[in-house]
Amino acid sequence: MKLWLAKQRYLIDFTLASLARRKTRNLGLLAVYTVLVFMLSSVTLYTHALRQEAARVLTASPEVIVQRMVAGRHDLIPPGYIEKVGRIRGVQKIEGRLWGYYYDAVTKANYTFMVPAENAPVAGEIVVGPALERSRGLAKNNGISFRSYSGKLHSFIVADVLPQASELISADLVLMSEASFRAFFDYPVGHYTDIALSVANPQEVRNVALKLAAALPDARPILRDEVLRTYASIYDWREGIVLALLSAAILAFGILAWEKASGLSAEEKREIGILKAIGWETGDVIKMKFWEGLLISLTAFLAGFVAAYVHVFHFAAALFEPVLKGWAVLYPRFQLTPHIDGLQVATLFFFTVVPYAAAVLVPIWKAAITDPDSVMRS
Amino acid sequence: MIEVTGIRKAFNQGRDNEYWALDGIDLHIEAKKVTALRGPSGSGKTTLLTIVGCLARPTEGRVHLLGEDISGLPERFLTEIRRKRFGFIFQQFNLIKGLTALDNIILPAYPTGRPRHELLARAEELLAGLKLGHRRDAKVEWLSGGEQQRVAICRALINDPEVVIADEPTANLDTHLAGEFMGILENLADQDRTILLTSHDPLVVESSVVHRVVDMRDGKLIVHG
Repeated sequence: MKLWLAKQRYLIDFTLASLARRKTRNLGLLAVYTVLVFMLSSVTLYTHALRQEAARVLTASPEVIVQRMVAGRHDLIPPGYIEKVGRIRGVQKIEGRLWGYYYDAVTKANYTFMVPAENAPVAGEIVVGPALERSRGLAKNNGISFRSYSGKLHSFIVADVLPQASELISADLVLMSEASFRAFFDYPVGHYTDIALSVANPQEVRNVALKLAAALPDARPILRDEVLRTYASIYDWREGIVLALLSAAILAFGILAWEKASGLSAEEKREIGILKAIGWETGDVIKMKFWEGLLISLTAFLAGFVAAYVHVFHFAAALFEPVLKGWAVLYPRFQLTPHIDGLQVATLFFFTVVPYAAAVLVPIWKAAITDPDSVMRS
Repeated sequence: MIEVTGIRKAFNQGRDNEYWALDGIDLHIEAKKVTALRGPSGSGKTTLLTIVGCLARPTEGRVHLLGEDISGLPERFLTEIRRKRFGFIFQQFNLIKGLTALDNIILPAYPTGRPRHELLARAEELLAGLKLGHRRDAKVEWLSGGEQQRVAICRALINDPEVVIADEPTANLDTHLAGEFMGILENLADQDRTILLTSHDPLVVESSVVHRVVDMRDGKLIVHG
């Protein structure tokens, strides 16, 4: 066992020395490899974090949202409408929601003004999202004014700032009292933006939605699962677009890696011949070259993945953000909650490390099983 | 020590350019003696050396080492024989560039798993014996031809082999360095090692260090005695 361990150590020593001897070539390959892993990892980490973020937010959202459609457009819920929805069998809890968008010319950003179902701020006070805190330099107890669409200036005191978790939704949020909201947007009393409802039996959500559509033809029920699926397909599509754009880079790397891994230089063939001639077994030569390939690909994978993690979760994926995030109106920046999926890491590892390490083996095996007598003639 | 019988070796067998490099060689190599294979280029000296040294297999014929038929052994066993029993000094030295003299010397001992300090001590002893101790940490490509050959000799001896095989050992050396090599060869012979070499250098084949000269031409032995 001791001899075996010493032998493995010698093999690794020689492998490291071998890598150092071809420093320029290996560093070049390592750099290209790392950049590729970085790009792929950035895309997958970012889209996965967005999916997770959406799923986390939607878990707490109502099972069904009902909007009223007039002339194909979303319109206000009039008084008495909520009672009609509440009479449908299976509906457990129902409430009208008040929310709307506000464009802030100062920061050139769109905010979402909303009246929360519980713990709403008192009139004249607001609770703001972290993006507003950053972009408007707000802190607790600061005052801020917004000019409403009717041209009137409304002043508020910041009662609190929302936590950074789930910033995807909370980034641009401004929570206020019902009175403040109705005053700001000139909303008539008894009118709502939409209706949130929960269903007694979760298995019956789809049936309740069908009954709703039948009873109120101008109602558009939106199921939580449908929203989640839509988010997922949007991110999948965006991820696919980016990966398609990166495919040229992936292909170029593939060719480079294959060329480097599968083609042995005359010098490498000579070295294999020497090692075999002086008593190295075929298995030792293969192991040594395998270690060499594995070290390069593993180092590139780790470096690329760590760089991608930093890029996505500390620099908000600055390189891919415009393509992947996709909201033209979501100007306030938001930070994603770091999340790594084991399966995703394993998939990335499998598609970046394993092919290279395997590609190294074929030519080495071919060279290593030939008689070492060629070395006598070189 | 080594007995080869009916050795034939073909290259490109079955093709239009088939070529028989060795054509029926019977040779007995005595233990603890220096045997030189002499002949012009293309006579088959190096091919015979590769077969005796288990670097290649004969197309036909048998090789016996210490009475054991090794011609049909699997590659793994041949590698072990090469490592334990043979030390090779190649014509072009075949050192690995980028590694130091010391690292080159201990390379054949890696598969044995012997402790590093033991290998280093042995390598340093060999280098000192060949007056090359001061160049131990120099990369081999920085060494002169004579120094490179001495490193190659040290590498051949690191596993303390019974048989040393040298292919045209003086071909790349000037007269002075060739003379030095003969001194080293004499020392190796004094250590009771079996030495088989190829050469057409009179300095080697006519030297008193060489016990026996075997002439070859066109893949056959001319003189056998």
